[in-house]
Amino acid sequence: MREPALLEIKAIDVFYGDFQALFDVSLGIGTGQVIAVIGANGAGKSTLLKTVAGLMHPRRGEILFKGIPVTGAPAFAVVKHGIALVPEGRRLFRSLTVEENLLIGGQSRRPGPWSLARIYELFPGLAERRHLPAPALSGGQQQMAAIGRALMANPQLLLCDEISLGLAPIVARDIYARLPQIVAEGLSLIIVEQDIAQALRAASQVYCLQEGRVALKGPARELTRDAISAAYFGV
Amino acid sequence: MQWFNIVLQGVLIGGLYAMFAAGLSLIFGVMRLVNIAHGDLIVLAAYVSLLVTQGMGVNPLVSLPLVVPIMALVGYGLQRGLLNRTLGDDLLPPLLVTFGLSIIIQNGLLELFTADSRRLHAGVIEIQAFELLQGVWIGVLPLVQFTIAVAVIAGLQMLFYRTELGRAFRATSDDQSMAQLTGLDTRHVFAVAMALSLAVIAIAGVFLAVRTNFDPAIGPGRLIFGFEAVIIGGLGSVWGTLAGGVILGVSQAVGAQIDPGWQLLAGHLVFLVILALRPQGLFPKVSG
Amino acid sequence: MTRVEHATQSSRIGVALIAIALIVLALAPYWGDRQTLRLLAEIYTFVALASLWNLLAGYAGLVSVGQQAFVGLGGYLLFAFAILLGMHPIAAILVAGPIGALVAVPVAALIFRLRGAYFAIGTWVVAEVFRLLASQISVLGGGSGISLPAAVVVAMAPSRQMREFETYWLALALTIVVLGAIVGLLRSRHGLALTAIRDDEMAAESVGISVWRTKFIIYIITALGTAMIGALIFLQKLRISPDTAFSVNDWTAFIIFITVIGGIGRVEGPIVGTIIFFLLRQTLADLGSLYLMMMGAVAIVVMLWAPKGLWGLVAERFGWQALPLQRHLVLEKETVGKP
Repeated sequence: MREPALLEIKAIDVFYGDFQALFDVSLGIGTGQVIAVIGANGAGKSTLLKTVAGLMHPRRGEILFKGIPVTGAPAFAVVKHGIALVPEGRRLFRSLTVEENLLIGGQSRRPGPWSLARIYELFPGLAERRHLPAPALSGGQQQMAAIGRALMANPQLLLCDEISLGLAPIVARDIYARLPQIVAEGLSLIIVEQDIAQALRAASQVYCLQEGRVALKGPARELTRDAISAAYFGV
Repeated sequence: MQWFNIVLQGVLIGGLYAMFAAGLSLIFGVMRLVNIAHGDLIVLAAYVSLLVTQGMGVNPLVSLPLVVPIMALVGYGLQRGLLNRTLGDDLLPPLLVTFGLSIIIQNGLLELFTADSRRLHAGVIEIQAFELLQGVWIGVLPLVQFTIAVAVIAGLQMLFYRTELGRAFRATSDDQSMAQLTGLDTRHVFAVAMALSLAVIAIAGVFLAVRTNFDPAIGPGRLIFGFEAVIIGGLGSVWGTLAGGVILGVSQAVGAQIDPGWQLLAGHLVFLVILALRPQGLFPKVSG
Repeated sequence: MTRVEHATQSSRIGVALIAIALIVLALAPYWGDRQTLRLLAEIYTFVALASLWNLLAGYAGLVSVGQQAFVGLGGYLLFAFAILLGMHPIAAILVAGPIGALVAVPVAALIFRLRGAYFAIGTWVVAEVFRLLASQISVLGGGSGISLPAAVVVAMAPSRQMREFETYWLALALTIVVLGAIVGLLRSRHGLALTAIRDDEMAAESVGISVWRTKFIIYIITALGTAMIGALIFLQKLRISPDTAFSVNDWTAFIIFITVIGGIGRVEGPIVGTIIFFLLRQTLADLGSLYLMMMGAVAIVVMLWAPKGLWGLVAERFGWQALPLQRHLVLEKETVGKP
């Protein structure tokens, strides 16, 4: 018995100009599910998230969210449907304070459990630094702020692009430790991660991309190291 | 005492120049666009005020509540319909498109209104003055204009740093695609910024119309005053543009006193000196 | 062994056509009437001014809306030298160039502190300052301007016809020199540096090109050419005033229109643009300000939907170039045993 899919990506091809980055990629995620997307640099992981978020559009194929087609919808409209992206590199707004960054995340006014108070509860370090300009924070705190900003949009699907990038392992683990609280609120997560071990711990389902194609997919617990290596490197 | 009066007059007109500058730097701050047609839009506002004043038979200052929304709408439409297409990494399109726009507006006004010099009259308030100190007189109208200019600038500052819209402006200016990811339709944000800029231009245009003679050709001169005030004051600083406007106004007033033909030159020379000695302006914003 | 070749088939045709055209034009005094000569001379000066503006904006990325500063400067230098120093007008024109370049040095030092569109407005301010200063010089007519005295005019040539011929050939010669210099510059390694800067300034800097210095030099060279052409223009007009010398419409708006419509960033662009401009002017100029409005509208439309201009569209579509400016490597086979 299959769960109704929250997000369905059906055979999308995505191009950067003439360069094809994704070939016939399909993916499905249900409510409350956590999926990890792994792969080498240039495999197309970020491209996949950007396409779901509406920053890029597939030339072929379609994307359905809660049954509604969102293929080709601009990014600001995708947010309103209930998908939020924590982008690679955090990309906090430099001219805004921490709190202003969070507030602007919420300006799409979607109803839901997330508010400033709840974000500060989840990330107490942010509450202490709420009036500091965003660039003044450490890498880990910036990552938390970026997650908080995305949560303020009250999404049903959260896309996390390389949230451990550039962070000390202990800091990254600390952030990952809070993800279950987020999922407990009913969110689904798609995590793009370079750290395979971390990805396997956090997710129930894993997709491995290799040069723009889905090379491997399956439950995290069932995938062997060899299978992942083969899919990751294409050997 | 005479010099004090002159400096005072310069300060007061500096408020008007600061308003020219505020609209210009608002747009540059939000979308890195310099609108070459800025001065011509000020003149356009003056002519809109003329139409409203003559058409409705009211005092030009009373035309403000009509001229401001009209110009704001024009700004929204202009940005959304035309200028949004010019935004991007390339420098040429916004510059050349707004230059073309400047030519169109100037000549359009020339066709509609001829090159005749106009002036709007605000009634007795124009000649009212009061004695501040012994021998020092301030005109009521210039003082009102200056006060409103300061209020506009304070308002812009507050809008930018204390409101949701201001947050949207700053975020969009920082990182346009990230702003989209938070749900902001940046085409709309840019258009609102332009509408706001034209609202400020509208106020400045009405004040200009009451204060001096105007004709379709004076637009570029106003653009230059606004630009000089921005550079003197320092890029990125809203209060800096007030200082810049005042310094420009005082320079011109002092120059005019030395020799009437030197009024404009004095302002330009002060601008060039500041550009030479302190190119970042007198009160630049420290961060990027 | 490799070498760089510039010519292509279309450029060989182009050069041949241009050579023929130049011969025909050089002989114009023998087949054209006075009006035709004047019109042609005007066309040449616009081609030259637009080509110089194109070098500045299309290649060096410096958009100036203040080149009228140097047009007027050149004009006033001509009148000053001819009237106050009794110099022969042609000598004065040739001297105006280097002096214009000298003046451009402190100007550039100042306005290069501004970037992008603010730089553009800065150039406008400089032009305004020149205009205001010119109106203060009473010995050259102050605000109302001055005419070239008869004595100076006669010094050029004894008969009016000879003067017309001389002015015509001077215009043609100067324009050829300006265009030749631009083509020569673009073919040199400085031209390669310019193309690199145009494509990506940071990358250019990282391979050792001094972006600032290159732009500075281009600005000075452009000022030199513009001042000479400016002097020539006002020799033809025989009268100068601050408003005509430093007119934004004549020396900037029209030039920008010509270059945008013809094609920014290609040498052929200003030539194509000037032809179109003069065709339009012959047919539409009676409309006065409506004509200018149309011009502005067309420039906007072209900038948004055909940013490479008319020549750019054609050149990309067919791969043409009228002048040999491309660079392709030609690999020559190594022959064994040859020294």
